[in-house]
Amino acid sequence: MDTMRGDTIGADAPDVAAIAAAHRGSRAALIAILREVQAARGYLPEDALRAVARHTGRSLVDVYAVASFYHSFSLKPRGRHTVCACLGTACHVRGGQQVVEALSRELGVRAGETTPDGEFTLETANCLGACALGPVVVVDGRYFAKVNPGKVRRILSQARSGVAAPEAADGERALVTEAVCPECGRPLLDAARPIDGYPSLQVSAQCNGWRGRARISCVDGVLDGAPENAAALERVRLFCPHCSAGLNDLLRCGECGVPTVSVLAGDGALVQMCGCGEQRVRRAEVEGAGARREIAQLS
Amino acid sequence: MIHLTINGLGVSVEEGATLLEAAQSVGFPIPTLCHMEGLSPYGACRLCVVEVGEGARARLVSSCTYPAQEELVVRTASARVLRARRMVIELHLASCPQSKTIQDLASALGVRQQRFRQEQESCILCGRCVRMCAEQMMAGAIGFRGRGQSRSVGTPFDQPSDACRLCGGCLYVCPACELRCTYTEPEKAVCGGCANLQPPCVENGRFDQMMCYMDPCVACEIAAQRR
Repeated sequence: MDTMRGDTIGADAPDVAAIAAAHRGSRAALIAILREVQAARGYLPEDALRAVARHTGRSLVDVYAVASFYHSFSLKPRGRHTVCACLGTACHVRGGQQVVEALSRELGVRAGETTPDGEFTLETANCLGACALGPVVVVDGRYFAKVNPGKVRRILSQARSGVAAPEAADGERALVTEAVCPECGRPLLDAARPIDGYPSLQVSAQCNGWRGRARISCVDGVLDGAPENAAALERVRLFCPHCSAGLNDLLRCGECGVPTVSVLAGDGALVQMCGCGEQRVRRAEVEGAGARREIAQLS
Repeated sequence: MIHLTINGLGVSVEEGATLLEAAQSVGFPIPTLCHMEGLSPYGACRLCVVEVGEGARARLVSSCTYPAQEELVVRTASARVLRARRMVIELHLASCPQSKTIQDLASALGVRQQRFRQEQESCILCGRCVRMCAEQMMAGAIGFRGRGQSRSVGTPFDQPSDACRLCGGCLYVCPACELRCTYTEPEKAVCGGCANLQPPCVENGRFDQMMCYMDPCVACEIAAQRR
């Protein structure tokens, strides 16, 4: 039977073979395998799907069904930059549709398509979870808040020149050098009491009936000063020492899965810190104090 | 054995039997579209809804996928069930008005009007052909593609499939297209089988067993004429 399923596309797609081998050709790992193939190739070409089917022992149509079902898989080549406009309820009522139309006009493609020069892929999402900032447009991972059709051209030109990479490059570490409470805007960094030679974040903490002041290392996000069993950020509620606003973020760390702590860095970036030292930065454009308050609603 | 009550009648069935099988074993008719003996239950058409439970906790479930449970109280033709079934078949009728199977079911359920916008689909996405191809013909040539409004049944990349042995089983089990031969419009054929006027089954020995459902078979007739 296998010979007649025939893989007429000759080359054996060694990259796909390696990815499938890493998952031991497991049938259950199909989505994981497809994600990695897409990350490696930029999209899911036909020969890659055939190779995935062969290595996982599924029929091609099974693999194709999964690949065509999920929005995050693309069967067509994608552009160098991804522009994703939110059309969730909150963004929609604030004019998200007009933003999409403006993007579409500016790029000359419809949502879901890629420009002929391979520069941009325009996408829409049903909610990006940043409703207070709406209408939101995300370009290559950077969030642009309160977008209107007039801002579209500037965003695209910024994307062409490359938006600032939101996360630290390999070997570097995002270090919080300036942090304020997202709610009241007062400083959280305490230069007088450094940890590992860097200023620490001062917070109020609450855990299992214990309440008190604690400090977070700016280098690796480890909590200091709380009782031993509170060392994991997971079980600790953290508050701003000035206004008692909660600092725990709903988002979990991509590395260790623990809920993160969010503070506002000096340039308007919302920094999520966690105990494993992986500090992720979600950039939001800040325009005046009003926007700052809305960012606080995110956390 | 599991003991349950269907329409007030005590019924005993084997463990693992579905409500549909239990009801049919004692002769209560339940209309179905996507269900087919020999294929795995799928629960796509929702026509086989029955009401389980009592009082305020009664709810509608698809009987083809619901396993029989001890002391379960089932009603297969309550007013609520019939209302739901009429709605379901009316929606199917709106999408596939040409299907004789669906027309007959709608008529039997007392649907006398068509309130929804008429579409001219030839598929209700019941998945019979997909399961037939994968489970009975062991081919896996066709499957579901896409999602939501653009969901469709067909081969990967819309190309003739290497796994398809042109058996016609998909057409044979289809409740919507009913063996409608599309060989004059090959691009609309499910697997392009009919478009291939070469007799595939007799000439090339690619397949160990043909397991053919084509009746009448275009390819075989042409082969007979040539002889």
